[in-house]
Amino acid sequence: MISLLRSIGLIFLHMFRKRETIQYPEEKVVLHPRWRGRIVLTRDPDGGERCVGCYLCAAACPVDCISLQATEDEQGRRYPAFFRINFSRCIFCGYCEEACPTYAIQLTPDFEMGEYNRQNLVYEKEDLLIDSQGKYPGYNYYKVAGLAAGVKGKGEGANEEPPVDIRSLIP
Amino acid sequence: MNEILKYTLMIVIILFTLTTIAAWLIWLERRMLALWQDRYGPNRAGPFGLFIVVADTIKLFFKEDWIPPFAEKAVFVFAPAIVAAAVLLSFVVVPFAPDILVADLDIGLLFFLAMSSLGVYSIVLGGWASNNKYSLLGALRGASQMISYEVFMGLSLMGVVMLSGSFRLTDIVMAQKDFWFVVTQPVAFVLFLTAGIAETHRLPFDIPEAESELVAGFHSEYSGMKFGMFFIGEYLGIILISAMVVTIFFGGWLGPVLPPVVWFTLKTFVFIIFFILLRASLPRPRYDQLMEYGWKIILPIALLNLLITGGITLLKN
Repeated sequence: MISLLRSIGLIFLHMFRKRETIQYPEEKVVLHPRWRGRIVLTRDPDGGERCVGCYLCAAACPVDCISLQATEDEQGRRYPAFFRINFSRCIFCGYCEEACPTYAIQLTPDFEMGEYNRQNLVYEKEDLLIDSQGKYPGYNYYKVAGLAAGVKGKGEGANEEPPVDIRSLIP
Repeated sequence: MNEILKYTLMIVIILFTLTTIAAWLIWLERRMLALWQDRYGPNRAGPFGLFIVVADTIKLFFKEDWIPPFAEKAVFVFAPAIVAAAVLLSFVVVPFAPDILVADLDIGLLFFLAMSSLGVYSIVLGGWASNNKYSLLGALRGASQMISYEVFMGLSLMGVVMLSGSFRLTDIVMAQKDFWFVVTQPVAFVLFLTAGIAETHRLPFDIPEAESELVAGFHSEYSGMKFGMFFIGEYLGIILISAMVVTIFFGGWLGPVLPPVVWFTLKTFVFIIFFILLRASLPRPRYDQLMEYGWKIILPIALLNLLITGGITLLKN
């Protein structure tokens, strides 16, 4: 009986506590930098697309919401001809980001993607590409890759020596 | 002729006010529950979220009025009406103020007890007509709870009747001119409040409904406005029990300065909010525990209270 009265009194005192509710449209939730939300495609420091169309994100995706087609420009640089994410299937697991070898695909702290039409949730490459380097500023895949694709000449990349002149005897 | 017009008008006004308040209790309950659970509750539609009730009502009206093919059709449709009708009938004797009451019966208290216990028919019939085992279990529980708690609900009030010497509710209120009966009959007050909560099937005594065990108990199969009737009946029941507690133990309309109706309303709302507080804080007892409390503890206390009150009354004379 006393415990009943005590719990009634304690519950009554809750009236004067701080509210737990976040009044959403007016008050925003704190989203941390690693929050997995809307997927974007980032660019390298020179403004080129980072994506090389390796299909690893599409392979890693557990719900198969990513589809793309790789192609090549005349200098041998690979890029996706189209890149499509169906956000009505996406579960925001972040596996695509983990799989990506060039840091191109990244998840951002944004979840406000509501649409009235389901078809509008299919994002094309234009919708996904952003003018930013995302979480890895300064990284350019073609600067560290061995392949010359119009970004750097032979031996000009990071951690690369200029080519040796094999006909010279000078060390 | 003039008399008839006056009473008709009074009945219409009381009916309208009661149903309106009962509807807005949905809002009050949700807001108060939220308050005690560190939330805000409905606060979007209209000022303070008051229009949530309008939205709720429109929703209820537009829902499919489904009657299950296996149900006993006539009884199924009829059952929800009983609870609202029975509770509204009890309001006939409630004295809101010296001049605002429909009928000042000299058996007012007995009439209230009789009418409020009729409400159980709606639960039993509704549960039985649904032809669903959970509904039937709920109905069964409702019936047994009603029988056991009805007994000492009446017994606890007899002490008050002894002191005031009348079953007429206005006499009972007038007998509290000097001090309220809650002072002289505190045990009876606690017992009556307990029985009243059981009577309205509110938490913690909502075992006929018991949504964590029986889906929704006796109204599992109900939808649309038929479900709404059960709901309105429940809220009307809260108002009725609060009003009766105020009338019998807290001096009804008596109070200084403010007009009698305002005093009555204020006191009643304190108890309505107490009902909601109980819902927010207490867990539901097991079915057999509820029966045990009723028969083994509360009934003897009620009888003892009656005996002592009678003895003291005798001694005084």
